[in-house]
Amino acid sequence: MSGAGRRAVDIARAVAAGEESAAEITRAHLARIEAHEADVHAFNVVTAEAAVERAEAIDRAVAAGEPVGPLAGVPLAVKDNLATRGVATTCSSRILDGWVPPYDATVVQRIAAAGAVTVGKTNLDEFAMGSSTENSAFGPTRNPVDLDRVPGGSSGGSAAAVAADFAPLALGSDTGGSIRQPAAFCGVVGVKPTYGLVSRYGLVAFASSLDQVGPFANDVADAALLLDAIAGPDPADATSIPQPPEPVLGHLDDGVAGLRVGLVTELLGDGIAPAVVARVREAADALAAAGAEVVEVSVPAVTYGLSAYYLIAPAEASSNLARFDGVRYGLRVDAPTTNEMMIATRTAGFGDEVKRRIMLGTYALSAGYYDAFYGKAQKVRTLIARDFAAAYERADVLLSPTAPTPAFALGAIEDPLTMYLNDICTIPTNLAGHAAMSLPFGTADDLPVGVQVLAPALGEVPLFRTAAVLEAAAPAPATFAVAAPGGTRP
Amino acid sequence: MTDTRVPTDSLGNPITVPDSDDVLVVEATDGSRWELVCGLEVHAELATVTKMFSGAPNSFGDDPNTNVDPVTLGLPGTLPVVNERAVELAIRFGSAIGAEIRRSVFSRKNYFYPDMPKNFQISQYDLPIVVGGALELPGGHVVEVERAHLEEDTGKSSHVGGDGRIAGAAYSLIDYNRAGVPLLEIVSRPHVRSAEQARQYVAELRAILVACGVSDGKMEEGSLRVDANISVRREGTDELRTRCEIKNVNSLRSLVRAIEFEAARQADLHAAGEPVVQSTRGWDEATGTTVLMRTKEDADDYRYFPEPDLVPVDPDPAWVEAIAASLPLLPAARRERLAARTGAARTDESVVAVVDRGQDDQAVAAIEAGADGARVLVHVTQNLAGEGGAALDPGRLAELVRLETGGELTATQAKQVLAELVADPTATAAEVAAAKGFEAMDTGALEAVVDEVIASNPDEWTTFTSGDPKARGKLTGFFIGQVMKATKGQADGKLATQLLNQKAG
Amino acid sequence: MSERISRDDVAHVATLARLRLDDDQVERFTGQLAAILEHAEDVEALELDDVEPTSHPYPLVNVWRPDEAGPTLANADALAGAPAAEDGRFSVPTILGEAP
Repeated sequence: MSGAGRRAVDIARAVAAGEESAAEITRAHLARIEAHEADVHAFNVVTAEAAVERAEAIDRAVAAGEPVGPLAGVPLAVKDNLATRGVATTCSSRILDGWVPPYDATVVQRIAAAGAVTVGKTNLDEFAMGSSTENSAFGPTRNPVDLDRVPGGSSGGSAAAVAADFAPLALGSDTGGSIRQPAAFCGVVGVKPTYGLVSRYGLVAFASSLDQVGPFANDVADAALLLDAIAGPDPADATSIPQPPEPVLGHLDDGVAGLRVGLVTELLGDGIAPAVVARVREAADALAAAGAEVVEVSVPAVTYGLSAYYLIAPAEASSNLARFDGVRYGLRVDAPTTNEMMIATRTAGFGDEVKRRIMLGTYALSAGYYDAFYGKAQKVRTLIARDFAAAYERADVLLSPTAPTPAFALGAIEDPLTMYLNDICTIPTNLAGHAAMSLPFGTADDLPVGVQVLAPALGEVPLFRTAAVLEAAAPAPATFAVAAPGGTRP
Repeated sequence: MTDTRVPTDSLGNPITVPDSDDVLVVEATDGSRWELVCGLEVHAELATVTKMFSGAPNSFGDDPNTNVDPVTLGLPGTLPVVNERAVELAIRFGSAIGAEIRRSVFSRKNYFYPDMPKNFQISQYDLPIVVGGALELPGGHVVEVERAHLEEDTGKSSHVGGDGRIAGAAYSLIDYNRAGVPLLEIVSRPHVRSAEQARQYVAELRAILVACGVSDGKMEEGSLRVDANISVRREGTDELRTRCEIKNVNSLRSLVRAIEFEAARQADLHAAGEPVVQSTRGWDEATGTTVLMRTKEDADDYRYFPEPDLVPVDPDPAWVEAIAASLPLLPAARRERLAARTGAARTDESVVAVVDRGQDDQAVAAIEAGADGARVLVHVTQNLAGEGGAALDPGRLAELVRLETGGELTATQAKQVLAELVADPTATAAEVAAAKGFEAMDTGALEAVVDEVIASNPDEWTTFTSGDPKARGKLTGFFIGQVMKATKGQADGKLATQLLNQKAG
Repeated sequence: MSERISRDDVAHVATLARLRLDDDQVERFTGQLAAILEHAEDVEALELDDVEPTSHPYPLVNVWRPDEAGPTLANADALAGAPAAEDGRFSVPTILGEAP
């Protein structure tokens, strides 16, 4: 079936074998985008012509017997904070309106080399700061499950693109949960890899010591396929892990017999909706039934995670976003002096949430406050890492909710601090630099609930092993307002 | 309540100012006397092929914005990666001055300025790569170094409209070719006590940097930049008063003038009971004054924090040892060596000059070929300073000096022969001497001439032998002059003087 | 709430960050930032004197590159996104004050 709603693994196999045309598959997805994008607004730009050209090139290569890579002909959506040469990259901000990068992010190069077909750049919370994609300067993205609800954030566009079957695969970025939480809200799979596993070169930096690029997909196998294509050392990123990683795709059938699974006590209590807690416990039961040993573990320091994160992330962001000043690219608001021009440009170009975080971060780093704020928060990271290390003596992977609630309504949360609470389950992983993924496991009020699997640094194999078993055991998914007819959704 | 904290430097060490036998003392308008306390900050561009954090070329004088890549421009999404050679050169320098090489970390220094693409500079703050060390100046003073660290340079702005300076310009144009060039910032302790010491410090530092291949040290091209931190204290005390940073000093001569001006300016303020405000001041060459740029209050809060995109630098001790072992002979060691071989002091002007000109290898080689050290030093200092002098083969120099010390050539003759040897690389000293008719005048012949001169000048001889030492001193010159005239300069002046004195009794 | 961060702090920080806020915004942001920092009190209260800070989650050292030339941008590409340019250089309005 060449319509949308197919799995990437299927498409890649069929295209590489010459059984199907990449161009036809791409066109089918583009047609779907055309039909439903107005309702969803997953994209900032759809690169239809370039996509068809690329797909046709793949078909020619296959016909000529040339190697085409593991993602051959698979349509893929790229979050608009990843640099794409020749294609506008806006980070959903007015301040970068019209900026066309002269280079490709490393992950963009890798997916192209793997034969993927980029169909467009997806919407996000401005500069990846947010949990609902309502902070985009270009309007929010709507959740394909229920168009009156948020898709989560900041990678809401990428999550929605996959959920709506606009593309089987998407790339997002995760600093405090920005892949996992939208994945949970949209009922898809989202992975935040170990810090340093995937190159950050070309990812417009939000919080440098927390950011990671990762895959969205409709199932675990597709997520594995994409992760394997983008993971690995990059000399252009000094924080990338030098050893080549173990590919995960071959481990999906390993099962969980004998694996120890730890339920994180601190993330199953107050602050999490009871229906969500229930789904997580059911997931634990499913793993036990499959042969895993389920225990309760305590990671006490995670309760400090939110506070530490909202000191560290804005601090690094305030520095990373200083370069946006109207001098070299992007928006410039003219003024008689350079200083006034910078002020005017940044004032007009940044939205409120970005300004808020820049100021919070600047304050946390400022003279007299560094030790109390940023300095202390970096010590809390050490505590979190220690507590996780202790937990991982007793468990191989951990289990928790991804988000405290299912997707909320657009406009429902206006208070910043309330919005930040969305990230309490996901933030600790970023602070520790570990791996985690969200996959759908049942529903609450017919909305998808995401269960989060966590693993220590470079624990992608046990992570995916566990997720594969959970996926097979998952209860019926939510019904989607916008999804491919006849598509296979777990 | 008085502040009893001891002032400390950037690494938390207490600040000390050593005494010196050469201290600049300025007299304020009320007659009070004030000593200079000075530390120097030198930025040296490193002699690498590429920039500190990317593969864009490190090259001077090219068309604007052609030595830039996405990392140089700080384009969104780009990341820095450390240049290994810059680390190596920093270690070379640290080893050369006897400093500690430490595990170091990069930090971000955050401020907004259009010549800085990221609006932060990647530098090193609390954990620099080089700590401690010292320079021995040619004059013999020792100036300790507090630290040296790696950082990236900024771009350059040129100002359009007005007189080309920043004030009054209509707009500015930015070239990022220099942005990202590796810099070593070298901070001395406040051990510089005079303007001359400051001049020597910078000259010595440059000589070390060039000798080690760390930098080409060209102040005129901006690859060596000097800022001076200056304060004064009442003569004879160990106070530490407020200091000012003086920037925009573009030559050694400006450095000396700026220090002298600023010391006097501060002394006058203190004497008048007015505060010296901690500030950054620019040296204005045209007016010969320092001008306020910004006070400490106006200064940005740099919000330093560890650079998250770069990991620590922890050089392997074996690598550091290998680098230290590969260093060439450094200027201070060269002066020591030349002094030892020639019997002069290592602070002797000739020794300093010869090493500074890079001709100590020549001198030492001549001495090792058997020539007298003291004479070699005189010749290299005085007679081989001009064009081609440095190229003179040490063996030929040695031959010339042997003829001189063997009595076959007078000093004057030797000088003339030397000039010929420099001009004609094929000639030998003996050949030239013969061609010029320089033959050793035997003592007998010389004595005869001396006798004749005495006889022809009876009145002067009477005065000479009168017993008045002053008269004798004065007339020695007269008699030797006459002997030289009679022998057409071929007499050995020393010997003639000896004979003269013998005869006078 | 106002002990956490004052209006003056917010105004000062806005200046450091090159942002202009009107009075309403200063008011609003002060309240929001104070709430966030109040939430962070739990971190502030911790005794962490003998805990080392974590700057990098994955411990690496000595990552560097050889001193070899890489690709550069042509002048036209470097200036392609420039809001204003002249003579191959980026043009900016009057710069007041020397660099720090």
